Amino acid sequence: MKAMKKTLLAVAMTVAATTGVQAAGISDDVVKIGVLVDMGGVYADICGQGCVTAVEMAVEDFGGTVLGKPIEIVSADDQNKPDVGSAKVRQWIESEDVDVVTGLVASSVTGAATKVLTDAKKIALISTSASNAFTTKACSPYNVHWTYNVAALANGTVKPMVAAGKKKWFFITADYAFGHALEGIATKVIEESGGEVVGAVRAPFGTTDFSSYVLQAQASGADVVGLANAGGDFVNSLKTAAEFGLTETTDVAGLLVFTNNALALDPAIAAGMKATSGFYWDMDDQTREWSARFKARHGVIPSMGQAGQYSMTMHYLNAIKAAGTDESDAVMKKMKETKPDDFFARNATLRNDGRMVHDMLLVSIKDAASRASSDDIYNIEAVIPGDVAFNPMLPECDFK
Amino acid sequence: MTCQTFASLGDVMATIFGLNLFALSGQLLVGLINGSFYALLSLGLAIIFGLLKIINFAQGAMYMLGAFFAWMALNYMGINYWWALILVPIAIGLLAILMERFLVRPIANEDHLYSLLLTFGIALVLQGAFTHIYGSSGLPYQIPAELKGGTKLPFMYLPNYRAWIIVSSLVVCFSTWWVIEKTKLGAYLRAGTENPQLMQGFGINVPLITTLTFGFGVALAGFAGVLAAPVYSVSPDMGSNILIVVFAIVVIGGMGSIGGAILTGLMMGVVEGLTKFFYPEASTTVIFLFMVIVLLVKPAGLFGKEA
Repeated sequence: MKAMKKTLLAVAMTVAATTGVQAAGISDDVVKIGVLVDMGGVYADICGQGCVTAVEMAVEDFGGTVLGKPIEIVSADDQNKPDVGSAKVRQWIESEDVDVVTGLVASSVTGAATKVLTDAKKIALISTSASNAFTTKACSPYNVHWTYNVAALANGTVKPMVAAGKKKWFFITADYAFGHALEGIATKVIEESGGEVVGAVRAPFGTTDFSSYVLQAQASGADVVGLANAGGDFVNSLKTAAEFGLTETTDVAGLLVFTNNALALDPAIAAGMKATSGFYWDMDDQTREWSARFKARHGVIPSMGQAGQYSMTMHYLNAIKAAGTDESDAVMKKMKETKPDDFFARNATLRNDGRMVHDMLLVSIKDAASRASSDDIYNIEAVIPGDVAFNPMLPECDFK
Repeated sequence: MTCQTFASLGDVMATIFGLNLFALSGQLLVGLINGSFYALLSLGLAIIFGLLKIINFAQGAMYMLGAFFAWMALNYMGINYWWALILVPIAIGLLAILMERFLVRPIANEDHLYSLLLTFGIALVLQGAFTHIYGSSGLPYQIPAELKGGTKLPFMYLPNYRAWIIVSSLVVCFSTWWVIEKTKLGAYLRAGTENPQLMQGFGINVPLITTLTFGFGVALAGFAGVLAAPVYSVSPDMGSNILIVVFAIVVIGGMGSIGGAILTGLMMGVVEGLTKFFYPEASTTVIFLFMVIVLLVKPAGLFGKEA
């Protein structure tokens, strides 16, 4: 009889837990953070294991528990494949009680993952994706986009160059969604600022040899050749541009440069090139302090995605604490009410569309002689205020 | 001879498309430079397949290893580019000899599929290990000081290093072809693979020849890797990016045809280069399209013997 009572009690508790009877507090007695990243592919360095480390640091710094319940981290490799990523997210939500998914690198994977998350009313904390779709045409009340986006890159890098008289542009563009988005938004910025685009080539993802495209860029008579690509494509195209003497006669602008890419380039080739970044480790004491801790654990200076990853995770955990629950709507409300403010997020607000607007940096790559250490790669040329850098909020994405 | 043919082809194309001949000449030259890379890599594959009937999927990984070894030699041991160009292919060749002796040979008499899967597995392990250790962003490697700068041709600026790529790879390709097709050593090699029992009866050490051939074929990939290090990003996926294209080239040229692999490599470089000019979006597909057509019209490949 006693045993039966016990069993009944257990059943009742299980039902209560799975149906989410508790309106407040922590569901399943644990806050579970899923980190979805590319672990071994082209984007492994810019987020990857480093993003997992950043989440771990945030959880440790937060104290390991929130509202008296433990915080757990799970991670998975999305292989830059949308189907792999969305299947993992579905599994996490349906059978592993994951409360929030973060990391999120390749825009295609993020697109697939955020759809699943929004359907399940779970929050997506996007650290390293470039597309601005997640807060515009694919916006959702559960999306948070933190570090940067294509609009900030175009406004940050392109606008000042056109204003300085570099009117004619030629693009070498990565032939997939991200490259097209970047070229499109940069073209808009150029035309609005009184410049013109004299030509563009679309190079397939993973092109090894860019010499043909560089010759075409050379023949176009452009003032600036914009590299609307990323990662290995960016490094290869810039190397080739330098080899064929393009960098001597024409300005070359890298539209998406991570510190990892800058480290992979010979300073003789890359010196002087301007780029827009959401973060740089050597900006002030605050950034240096956190970056030193990160490097001690990860071995490499943090990319903007990894720094944003920490900042965003911290903001999320603080919001749970303030809201007294990990229920998605309440947490989102709290996150938007509170202004993010840490070593990463400067003059920042999280808008109702989920876009985190903060100061961006216009940087230039240092030449070999002015580098004090191998990590000393950028000069900060200017701080771009968030409202200048990012695209304005669309009325249909104003989720209050 | 081939250059002249391509130049006159350029003339014709220029008239057809009404384009600036200068622009086109630049594209043709760039295509030939890339083609010489393809020639080096597909030559290694063709030797290994033609003489040993092994489909070596690790060839791309060995190319990657060549570039990484050059980087390591410079950064850990201070060995410069020129020494690396000699020492790295030897190191890779030795590695390949060990691989042949202990991994490939035990399954030599099985179906081709076994060696294909084995070498594919080796490639994945190598690529994974290097991604783990060095990350996926790539490592910087400078063009040697002697080859910096370039020459201004009437139609384009030709970097000295690119000129060096085309000259050195053509020399290596054609001397390899000459050794295999025109010398006594090459004759032993070809005979040994055609009829190993008979050759052994004549007192020729066939297993040794097999091992050395495998080592040499792979060393060619290592050589191409060192050549590539200063101009392409030294990264773990550089081999897998190029390998599939190189396989397509070997198929187009005719599986196992040594001369065919070299000529097709150069030709496909030019075809790809022209595609990059006229319709860049198709540049990664055009070689496969070519392969499909060749397989339909001449299944043994352009230079292959009918089975």
